[in-house]
Amino acid sequence: MRNMWTIAAREFRHYFVSPIAYAVAAAIFLILGLLFYANLGSSLLNQTPPDPNSSLSPLATLLLFGMPAITMRLISDEQRSGTIELLLTAPVRDWEMVVGKWLGAMGFGVIILAVTWFYPILLNMITSPGIDQGPLVSAYLGMLLMLSAMVAIGVMASALFANAIAAYFTSLGILLVLWIMGLAAQVSSGGLTTLFNYLDFSAHFFNTGYAGVIDTRDLAYYLSLTALALFLGTRFVEARRWK
Amino acid sequence: MIQAENLGKWYGPRKAIDGLTFSAAKGEIVGFLGPNGAGKTTTMRILTGYMPPNEGSARVAGFDVVDQSLEVRKRVGYLPETVPLYPEMSVQEYLDFMASLRHVPDADAHVDEAIERMHLEDRADSFIGNLSKGLRQRVGLAQALLHQPEVLILDEPTLGLDPAQVVEVREMIREIGHDHTVMLSTHILSEAQQVCNRVLIINKGKIVAEDTPEHLQARLAGAERLTVRVAGQPEGVENLLKKIRGVNLVSPRGKGEFEVETAPGVEARPEIARALVDDGQDLLEMHVQGMSLEAIFLELTHSDVASKAKPA
Repeated sequence: MRNMWTIAAREFRHYFVSPIAYAVAAAIFLILGLLFYANLGSSLLNQTPPDPNSSLSPLATLLLFGMPAITMRLISDEQRSGTIELLLTAPVRDWEMVVGKWLGAMGFGVIILAVTWFYPILLNMITSPGIDQGPLVSAYLGMLLMLSAMVAIGVMASALFANAIAAYFTSLGILLVLWIMGLAAQVSSGGLTTLFNYLDFSAHFFNTGYAGVIDTRDLAYYLSLTALALFLGTRFVEARRWK
Repeated sequence: MIQAENLGKWYGPRKAIDGLTFSAAKGEIVGFLGPNGAGKTTTMRILTGYMPPNEGSARVAGFDVVDQSLEVRKRVGYLPETVPLYPEMSVQEYLDFMASLRHVPDADAHVDEAIERMHLEDRADSFIGNLSKGLRQRVGLAQALLHQPEVLILDEPTLGLDPAQVVEVREMIREIGHDHTVMLSTHILSEAQQVCNRVLIINKGKIVAEDTPEHLQARLAGAERLTVRVAGQPEGVENLLKKIRGVNLVSPRGKGEFEVETAPGVEARPEIARALVDDGQDLLEMHVQGMSLEAIFLELTHSDVASKAKPA
C-alpha cells in the first residue's frame, strides 16, 4: 500500500512539470471559458436564464479526448526509457505500481474538475436567486466516476505499449467505442439492446448524474470498468516479464 | 548468496541462456565476462526478479527468485545496463523516491550517505537530465547501494565512463565488495582481472570457464612466452637461442629484446641464461609473459574445441 502512494505521489508531482499536462489543462479551461462566455451572452440576448449545465456537457467530451493524453505516458514511458526495470526489480507488487499510476493521474484529473467548478460558482454569483446546487453536485460526482474509468483505461493502454502515442489512440479508441454504444442500442432489439445500453459509457453519465440523479447502477458500471481495466493493466505488466 | 541451478531462458525460438549453474559467496566479487549477446543481461535480470527463467531455479540471499521474488528484490541492489533514471527529477528527489520504494529506514541519512559515497554532494539538486553520462552512472550506483543490499548486481557498471571515472568506479566496487556480494558483467577483460575474485566466462548462453583470473591464466596458458633482453646490439643471439632444447620460436623485438616461445611444460630458463652468459652476452632481463585474459577469452569464445574445456 505504501508503495502505491509513493508511486502515486511521484506521478502526481510529475504532472506539474509536464508540458502535455499543462497543454491539456489549458485547452480544457480555455474552451470551457469560451463556451461559458457564449452561454452568458446568449441568455442576455434572449432574456432567458443561463443554463447551469452549459459547461458540464462539453467538459465530459473534453475529458474524453484529454484524459488519454494525461495517462498515455504513465507506463509506456517507463518501458521506453528502461525505468520499468527499476520498478519491476524494486520490492513493489505489479498491482501496486499500476494502481499507484492510476491514483496519480486521478489526482491531476480531480484538479482539472475542481478548477472547472469555478464556472458554476461564478454563475451562482451573478444570477439571482442563484443556481440549483443539488444537480451540480450529482453531475460532478458522475463526472468523477467517469474520470476514474477513463484514467483506468488509459493506464491499461499505457501498459500495452512502449510508445505513448499508441497508448493515446488505444485508450481514446476504447473510450469512443464505449461512448457510441448507444447508437448500436438504437438499432438493436431484445437482449442486445440491453447489453449495448449497459455498455454505453456516456449514457451512464448523461442520463443520471448529469440529470441530477444518483444511481447505484452507474456507480457499479464505472467502478467495475475501473477495476477491470486496472486488473488487465496489471496482467499486461506481468506479461512483460515473460517476454 | 547467489546460487543458480541450470538456468535457461528462451526468447522465442532463440535460447538466450542454457543450463547456467554458478554461485557466489558472501563478500565475493564475481565477474561475468562474455561477448555481446552472450546472455549476461538476461542472467542478471533473472537474478534480480525482473523476469523468471524458463528452466532451472535461482536463489539469491536465501530466497527463490520466482516464488519469493519480493524478498529477493528487497535484498538486491541492481544497476541495469541502461541506467534507469527519471530526467525530470533532481538527484535528491530521485534517491528519496527510491528510498521510499525500498522502505529504507532512516531514509534521509541513507540518501545522504549514498550521495556522499558517490561524490554527488554538489549535484544533489541538479536535474538528472542535465548530468553527464558518468554522473548518471554514479547516480545509478547510488540508487543500487541506497538500501545497503546484501547482493549487488551491476550490468556493465563502467560502460561509457571516461578513464578517470572508470578507475574511480572500479575502486568503489572493490570497496563495496568487502561487505556485499557483487556480481558484475563486463566485456572489458582487464576490468574483470582487476576487480573480481572470480570470473565466469559465458558464451552463447553457456559458461565456458570459471575460475580466479590468475588460475584461468595459468590453466589455459599452453605455450609459455618469455621475454629475454641482453645489452648492446648482439649478433647471433637469435640462433643461439633457437638451438636450446624446448625453444620453439624466437622473434627479435629490437634493442636486444627477444620473445621466446617454449614448449609447454619445459623449463627452458636456466638453459637460456647459461647459454647467453657462456656466449659472453650481458643478460639484462628475462621474464615469463602470462597469457593475457584477452587471449584466453578469444580462445574460449571463438573455438568450439575450447568450449569443451569446461572446469572440473
